[in-house]
Amino acid sequence: MISLSHFLVLGAILFSIAMAGIFLNRKNVIILLMAIELLLLAVNMNFVAFSHYHGDTAGQVFVFFILTVAAAEAAIGLAILIVLFRNRRTINVDHLDSLKG
Amino acid sequence: MAIEPVIFWVFSTILVLSAGAVVTVRNPVHAVIFLVLAFFTSAAIWILLEAEFLALALVLVYVGAVMVLFLFVVMMLDINIAPLREGFVRNLWVGIPVLAIVIYELWVVVGEKQFGLDKVAAPAGHAADYSNTKELGSILYTVYMYPFELAAVILLVAIVAAIALTLRRRPQTKYQDPAQQVLVKRGDRVRLVKMAAEKKQ
Repeated sequence: MISLSHFLVLGAILFSIAMAGIFLNRKNVIILLMAIELLLLAVNMNFVAFSHYHGDTAGQVFVFFILTVAAAEAAIGLAILIVLFRNRRTINVDHLDSLKG
Repeated sequence: MAIEPVIFWVFSTILVLSAGAVVTVRNPVHAVIFLVLAFFTSAAIWILLEAEFLALALVLVYVGAVMVLFLFVVMMLDINIAPLREGFVRNLWVGIPVLAIVIYELWVVVGEKQFGLDKVAAPAGHAADYSNTKELGSILYTVYMYPFELAAVILLVAIVAAIALTLRRRPQTKYQDPAQQVLVKRGDRVRLVKMAAEKKQ
Protein backbone atom coordinates (compact mmCIF):
# COMPACT_ATOMS: atom_id res chain seq x y z
CA MET A 1 0.00 0.00 0.00
CA ILE A 2 1.24 3.49 -0.77
CA SER A 3 1.63 5.79 2.17
CA LEU A 4 1.77 9.57 2.30
CA SER A 5 5.53 9.48 2.70
CA HIS A 6 5.91 7.80 -0.71
CA PHE A 7 4.46 10.88 -2.37
CA LEU A 8 6.40 13.24 -0.13
CA VAL A 9 9.69 11.50 -0.91
CA LEU A 10 8.83 11.61 -4.61
CA GLY A 11 8.28 15.35 -4.27
CA ALA A 12 11.54 15.66 -2.36
CA ILE A 13 13.48 13.81 -5.07
CA LEU A 14 11.91 15.99 -7.77
CA PHE A 15 12.76 19.12 -5.79
CA SER A 16 16.36 18.03 -5.30
CA ILE A 17 16.83 17.14 -8.97
CA ALA A 18 15.52 20.55 -10.00
CA MET A 19 17.77 22.25 -7.45
CA ALA A 20 20.80 20.30 -8.68
CA GLY A 21 19.76 21.30 -12.19
CA ILE A 22 20.01 24.94 -11.20
CA PHE A 23 23.58 24.27 -9.98
CA LEU A 24 24.55 22.37 -13.11
CA ASN A 25 23.07 24.71 -15.73
CA ARG A 26 24.01 28.02 -14.16
CA LYS A 27 24.62 29.63 -17.54
CA ASN A 28 21.53 28.68 -19.52
CA VAL A 29 18.53 30.82 -18.58
CA ILE A 30 16.06 28.55 -20.39
CA ILE A 31 17.08 25.49 -18.39
CA LEU A 32 16.94 27.61 -15.23
CA LEU A 33 13.32 28.55 -16.00
CA MET A 34 12.48 24.89 -16.63
CA ALA A 35 14.12 23.90 -13.34
CA ILE A 36 11.92 26.46 -11.57
CA GLU A 37 8.88 24.82 -13.17
CA LEU A 38 10.10 21.47 -11.82
CA LEU A 39 10.52 22.95 -8.34
CA LEU A 40 6.93 24.21 -8.41
CA LEU A 41 5.75 20.81 -9.65
CA ALA A 42 7.45 19.12 -6.71
CA VAL A 43 5.78 21.50 -4.26
CA ASN A 44 2.43 20.93 -5.94
CA MET A 45 2.93 17.18 -5.60
CA ASN A 46 3.28 17.60 -1.82
CA PHE A 47 0.19 19.80 -1.65
CA VAL A 48 -1.94 17.32 -3.59
CA ALA A 49 -0.69 14.39 -1.52
CA PHE A 50 -1.45 16.13 1.79
CA SER A 51 -4.83 17.23 0.46
CA HIS A 52 -5.70 13.63 -0.42
CA TYR A 53 -4.48 12.01 2.78
CA HIS A 54 -5.98 14.63 5.09
CA GLY A 55 -9.25 14.91 3.16
CA ASP A 56 -8.95 18.69 2.89
CA THR A 57 -9.66 20.39 -0.43
CA ALA A 58 -7.77 23.55 0.58
CA GLY A 59 -4.50 22.00 -0.59
CA GLN A 60 -5.87 21.55 -4.10
CA VAL A 61 -7.10 25.15 -4.14
CA PHE A 62 -3.58 26.23 -3.22
CA VAL A 63 -2.15 24.16 -6.09
CA PHE A 64 -4.63 25.90 -8.38
CA PHE A 65 -3.23 29.30 -7.37
CA ILE A 66 0.35 28.09 -7.65
CA LEU A 67 -0.39 26.93 -11.21
CA THR A 68 -1.83 30.37 -12.00
CA VAL A 69 1.15 32.25 -10.63
CA ALA A 70 3.59 29.83 -12.26
CA ALA A 71 1.97 30.34 -15.65
CA ALA A 72 2.23 34.12 -15.23
CA GLU A 73 5.83 33.78 -14.10
CA ALA A 74 6.70 31.62 -17.10
CA ALA A 75 5.10 34.10 -19.52
CA ILE A 76 6.91 37.10 -18.06
CA GLY A 77 10.17 35.19 -17.70
CA LEU A 78 10.13 34.13 -21.33
CA ALA A 79 9.26 37.69 -22.41
CA ILE A 80 12.26 39.00 -20.47
CA LEU A 81 14.37 36.25 -22.05
CA ILE A 82 13.31 37.33 -25.54
CA VAL A 83 14.07 40.99 -24.85
CA LEU A 84 17.41 39.96 -23.39
CA PHE A 85 18.31 37.90 -26.44
CA ARG A 86 17.22 40.70 -28.75
CA ASN A 87 19.48 43.22 -27.03
CA ARG A 88 22.52 41.11 -26.15
CA ARG A 89 22.34 38.22 -28.68
CA THR A 90 23.09 35.80 -25.83
CA ILE A 91 21.31 34.14 -22.92
CA ASN A 92 24.47 33.31 -21.02
CA VAL A 93 24.05 34.37 -17.40
CA ASP A 94 27.76 35.22 -17.19
CA HIS A 95 27.35 37.93 -19.78
CA LEU A 96 24.59 39.72 -17.87
CA ASP A 97 26.96 42.01 -16.02
CA SER A 98 26.01 45.46 -17.32
CA LEU A 99 24.83 46.45 -13.83
CA LYS A 100 28.26 45.78 -12.38
CA GLY A 101 29.21 48.85 -10.35
CA MET B 1 -2.00 -7.36 -5.86
CA ALA B 2 -3.52 -3.92 -5.95
CA ILE B 3 -3.05 -1.81 -9.05
CA GLU B 4 -2.26 1.44 -7.21
CA PRO B 5 1.33 0.59 -6.18
CA VAL B 6 2.10 -0.54 -9.74
CA ILE B 7 0.78 2.74 -11.16
CA PHE B 8 2.64 4.73 -8.54
CA TRP B 9 6.00 3.05 -9.04
CA VAL B 10 5.85 3.03 -12.83
CA PHE B 11 4.85 6.67 -13.14
CA SER B 12 7.13 7.95 -10.40
CA THR B 13 10.07 6.18 -12.01
CA ILE B 14 9.28 7.81 -15.34
CA LEU B 15 8.80 11.14 -13.57
CA VAL B 16 12.15 11.07 -11.79
CA LEU B 17 14.01 9.89 -14.90
CA SER B 18 12.47 12.56 -17.11
CA ALA B 19 13.14 15.24 -14.49
CA GLY B 20 16.77 14.13 -14.46
CA ALA B 21 16.83 14.30 -18.23
CA VAL B 22 15.42 17.85 -18.20
CA VAL B 23 18.43 19.17 -16.33
CA THR B 24 21.09 17.05 -18.05
CA VAL B 25 20.31 16.78 -21.77
CA ARG B 26 22.36 18.86 -24.15
CA ASN B 27 19.61 20.18 -26.42
CA PRO B 28 17.11 22.62 -24.85
CA VAL B 29 14.36 21.37 -27.19
CA HIS B 30 14.81 17.86 -25.80
CA ALA B 31 14.71 19.31 -22.30
CA VAL B 32 11.33 20.89 -23.03
CA ILE B 33 10.00 17.59 -24.38
CA PHE B 34 11.20 15.76 -21.26
CA LEU B 35 9.52 18.42 -19.13
CA VAL B 36 6.27 17.71 -21.00
CA LEU B 37 6.74 14.02 -20.17
CA ALA B 38 7.31 14.93 -16.52
CA PHE B 39 4.09 16.95 -16.44
CA PHE B 40 2.11 14.13 -18.05
CA THR B 41 3.36 11.53 -15.57
CA SER B 42 2.75 13.77 -12.58
CA ALA B 43 -0.77 14.37 -13.90
CA ALA B 44 -1.23 10.60 -13.81
CA ILE B 45 0.01 10.49 -10.22
CA TRP B 46 -2.39 13.29 -9.28
CA ILE B 47 -5.25 11.27 -10.74
CA LEU B 48 -4.09 8.46 -8.45
CA LEU B 49 -4.45 11.00 -5.62
CA GLU B 50 -8.02 11.76 -6.76
CA ALA B 51 -7.20 15.31 -7.84
CA GLU B 52 -8.72 14.87 -11.28
CA PHE B 53 -9.39 18.54 -11.99
CA LEU B 54 -5.84 19.61 -11.22
CA ALA B 55 -4.41 16.72 -13.23
CA LEU B 56 -6.41 17.74 -16.28
CA ALA B 57 -5.62 21.42 -15.70
CA LEU B 58 -1.95 20.51 -15.55
CA VAL B 59 -2.14 18.76 -18.90
CA LEU B 60 -4.30 21.42 -20.56
CA VAL B 61 -2.73 24.57 -19.12
CA TYR B 62 0.84 23.48 -18.61
CA VAL B 63 1.46 21.09 -21.47
CA GLY B 64 -0.98 22.84 -23.77
CA ALA B 65 0.01 26.44 -23.15
CA VAL B 66 3.12 27.01 -21.06
CA MET B 67 5.24 24.24 -22.54
CA VAL B 68 4.26 25.22 -26.08
CA LEU B 69 5.33 28.76 -25.19
CA PHE B 70 8.67 27.38 -23.96
CA LEU B 71 9.05 25.38 -27.15
CA PHE B 72 8.32 28.46 -29.26
CA VAL B 73 10.91 30.53 -27.43
CA VAL B 74 13.56 27.80 -27.48
CA MET B 75 13.10 27.25 -31.19
CA MET B 76 12.88 30.98 -31.98
CA LEU B 77 16.14 31.93 -30.28
CA ASP B 78 19.22 31.02 -32.22
CA ILE B 79 21.35 29.85 -29.33
CA ASN B 80 24.85 28.49 -29.43
CA ILE B 81 24.65 25.76 -26.80
CA ALA B 82 28.35 24.96 -26.45
CA PRO B 83 29.39 27.96 -24.28
CA LEU B 84 26.32 27.45 -22.11
CA ARG B 85 27.40 23.91 -21.29
CA GLU B 86 30.90 24.74 -20.07
CA GLY B 87 31.34 24.14 -16.36
CA PHE B 88 28.68 21.41 -16.41
CA VAL B 89 31.08 18.62 -15.46
CA ARG B 90 32.90 20.85 -12.98
CA ASN B 91 29.61 21.73 -11.29
CA LEU B 92 28.64 18.05 -11.31
CA TRP B 93 31.09 17.44 -8.46
CA VAL B 94 29.21 19.99 -6.38
CA GLY B 95 25.76 19.16 -7.68
CA ILE B 96 25.73 15.40 -7.07
CA PRO B 97 26.75 15.58 -3.35
CA VAL B 98 24.28 18.42 -2.75
CA LEU B 99 21.58 16.36 -4.50
CA ALA B 100 22.34 13.33 -2.34
CA ILE B 101 22.47 15.35 0.89
CA VAL B 102 19.21 17.19 0.20
CA ILE B 103 17.39 13.97 -0.75
CA TYR B 104 18.69 12.28 2.42
CA GLU B 105 17.68 15.20 4.64
CA LEU B 106 14.21 15.44 3.14
CA TRP B 107 13.85 11.67 3.39
CA VAL B 108 14.68 11.86 7.09
CA VAL B 109 12.02 14.53 7.53
CA VAL B 110 9.20 13.05 5.44
CA GLY B 111 10.11 9.36 5.54
CA GLU B 112 8.00 6.41 6.71
CA LYS B 113 8.73 7.21 10.36
CA GLN B 114 6.85 10.49 10.21
CA PHE B 115 4.27 9.98 7.46
CA GLY B 116 3.94 6.20 7.20
CA LEU B 117 0.63 4.41 6.98
CA ASP B 118 0.54 3.99 10.77
CA LYS B 119 0.81 7.76 11.23
CA VAL B 120 -1.44 8.94 8.39
CA ALA B 121 -3.91 6.29 7.37
CA ALA B 122 -4.78 5.95 3.71
CA PRO B 123 -8.18 7.56 3.15
CA ALA B 124 -11.06 5.57 1.78
CA GLY B 125 -11.62 6.26 -1.89
CA HIS B 126 -14.48 8.47 -2.94
CA ALA B 127 -17.67 7.06 -4.39
CA ALA B 128 -17.94 6.61 -8.14
CA ASP B 129 -20.26 9.62 -8.54
CA TYR B 130 -17.89 11.96 -6.64
CA SER B 131 -16.92 14.99 -8.66
CA ASN B 132 -13.61 16.58 -7.76
CA THR B 133 -14.33 19.51 -10.06
CA LYS B 134 -17.65 20.20 -8.37
CA GLU B 135 -16.13 20.15 -4.90
CA LEU B 136 -13.20 22.35 -5.93
CA GLY B 137 -15.55 24.79 -7.66
CA SER B 138 -17.93 25.00 -4.70
CA ILE B 139 -15.07 25.95 -2.37
CA LEU B 140 -13.23 28.13 -4.91
CA TYR B 141 -16.22 30.37 -5.65
CA THR B 142 -17.24 30.82 -2.02
CA VAL B 143 -14.42 30.62 0.51
CA TYR B 144 -11.61 31.55 -1.87
CA MET B 145 -13.46 34.17 -3.88
CA TYR B 146 -11.02 37.04 -3.33
CA PRO B 147 -7.87 34.99 -3.99
CA PHE B 148 -9.58 33.68 -7.12
CA GLU B 149 -10.17 37.19 -8.42
CA LEU B 150 -6.62 38.16 -7.45
CA ALA B 151 -5.40 35.25 -9.56
CA ALA B 152 -7.36 36.67 -12.48
CA VAL B 153 -5.69 40.06 -11.96
CA ILE B 154 -2.28 38.39 -11.82
CA LEU B 155 -2.96 36.72 -15.15
CA LEU B 156 -4.04 40.06 -16.62
CA VAL B 157 -0.85 41.70 -15.35
CA ALA B 158 1.15 38.86 -16.89
CA ILE B 159 -0.52 39.38 -20.25
CA VAL B 160 0.08 43.14 -20.20
CA ALA B 161 3.67 42.74 -18.99
CA ALA B 162 4.59 40.09 -21.54
CA ILE B 163 3.17 42.13 -24.42
CA ALA B 164 4.64 45.41 -23.19
CA LEU B 165 8.06 43.82 -22.82
CA THR B 166 8.24 42.23 -26.24
CA LEU B 167 6.35 44.80 -28.33
CA ARG B 168 8.60 46.88 -30.53
CA ARG B 169 7.80 49.27 -33.34
CA ARG B 170 10.17 48.96 -36.24
CA PRO B 171 10.56 52.10 -38.37
CA GLN B 172 10.03 50.23 -41.63
CA THR B 173 6.86 48.50 -40.51
CA LYS B 174 3.84 49.44 -42.61
CA TYR B 175 0.66 50.00 -40.66
CA GLN B 176 -2.57 51.91 -41.13
CA ASP B 177 -3.31 55.12 -39.26
CA PRO B 178 -7.11 55.63 -39.29
CA ALA B 179 -6.81 59.30 -38.29
CA GLN B 180 -4.66 60.03 -41.31
CA GLN B 181 -7.03 58.05 -43.49
CA VAL B 182 -10.03 60.08 -42.35
CA LEU B 183 -8.23 63.41 -42.78
CA VAL B 184 -7.53 62.83 -46.47
CA LYS B 185 -9.04 65.49 -48.77
CA ARG B 186 -10.19 64.85 -52.28
CA GLY B 187 -7.42 67.02 -53.60
CA ASP B 188 -4.76 64.75 -52.09
CA ARG B 189 -5.88 61.79 -54.11
CA VAL B 190 -7.55 62.98 -57.35
CA ARG B 191 -6.05 65.42 -59.81
CA LEU B 192 -8.39 66.68 -62.52
CA VAL B 193 -6.58 67.55 -65.68
CA LYS B 194 -8.21 69.75 -68.24
CA MET B 195 -7.31 68.93 -71.78
CA ALA B 196 -8.71 69.73 -75.13
CA ALA B 197 -10.74 67.12 -76.94
CA GLU B 198 -8.79 65.43 -79.65
CA LYS B 199 -10.02 65.50 -83.20
CA LYS B 200 -10.65 62.32 -85.08
CA GLN B 201 -8.12 61.93 -87.85
